[in-house]
Amino acid sequence: MIAAADLLNIALMVTFVTLALGQILSMVRLVIGPTPADRILALDTMVINALGLVVLLGIYQGVQIYFEVALLIAMLGFVSTVALARFILRGDIIE
Amino acid sequence: MSFEIIGTYAVALLLLIGAGFVIVGVIGLLKFNDPMTRLHAPTKVGTVGIGALLLASMLYSFVQGEGSLHEMLIMAFLFVTAPISAHFIAKVSIHMRTCETPPAPPQDTTWSTLDVAEEDREIAPQEQG
Repeated sequence: MIAAADLLNIALMVTFVTLALGQILSMVRLVIGPTPADRILALDTMVINALGLVVLLGIYQGVQIYFEVALLIAMLGFVSTVALARFILRGDIIE
Repeated sequence: MSFEIIGTYAVALLLLIGAGFVIVGVIGLLKFNDPMTRLHAPTKVGTVGIGALLLASMLYSFVQGEGSLHEMLIMAFLFVTAPISAHFIAKVSIHMRTCETPPAPPQDTTWSTLDVAEEDREIAPQEQG
């Protein structure tokens, strides 16, 4: 049976690689995405994956300070997604 | 088996579950072939994946002995806002007519995002659909 700390390290590395791969794949959709909705969705996914990477960094270093970073990324990501969608829907963000 | 060891195993398991969900969502975003189908993969599956990662972070802080439930705030915010942004992206898809137009609503004449205001009908005639 593997020691718990080793297993945690392996799981952290696997998750880091998986999320980075996810960022690259959604960047592919961002570039080829035929419609504006696809591009907004790809950007939204990338923001949420970046939030996951920041949380992972917090676990890896064993510190709590990345909590504020993750919260700010979550809020700004939502606001920017809504702003992009509204710009396409109405041609203006704040009417 | 102390709490630290079981907790560390649980953190590793949650991390792997989260990574699996996230990668499935992103593969769905890349592989599906219709804008509305692509919409549902990352907004639902990806959110669950990030929820598992946040749960792992919370559990790890308890394993380290300085427990905090801060990440619950991010989780609540994310779970509330993900459907809202998905709704907006779906409206963009309907508005740009990049998806099959949904069936007409039961009471109004057309969907509100396709509706043209009364005074603008001359410059942008409304399509019936």
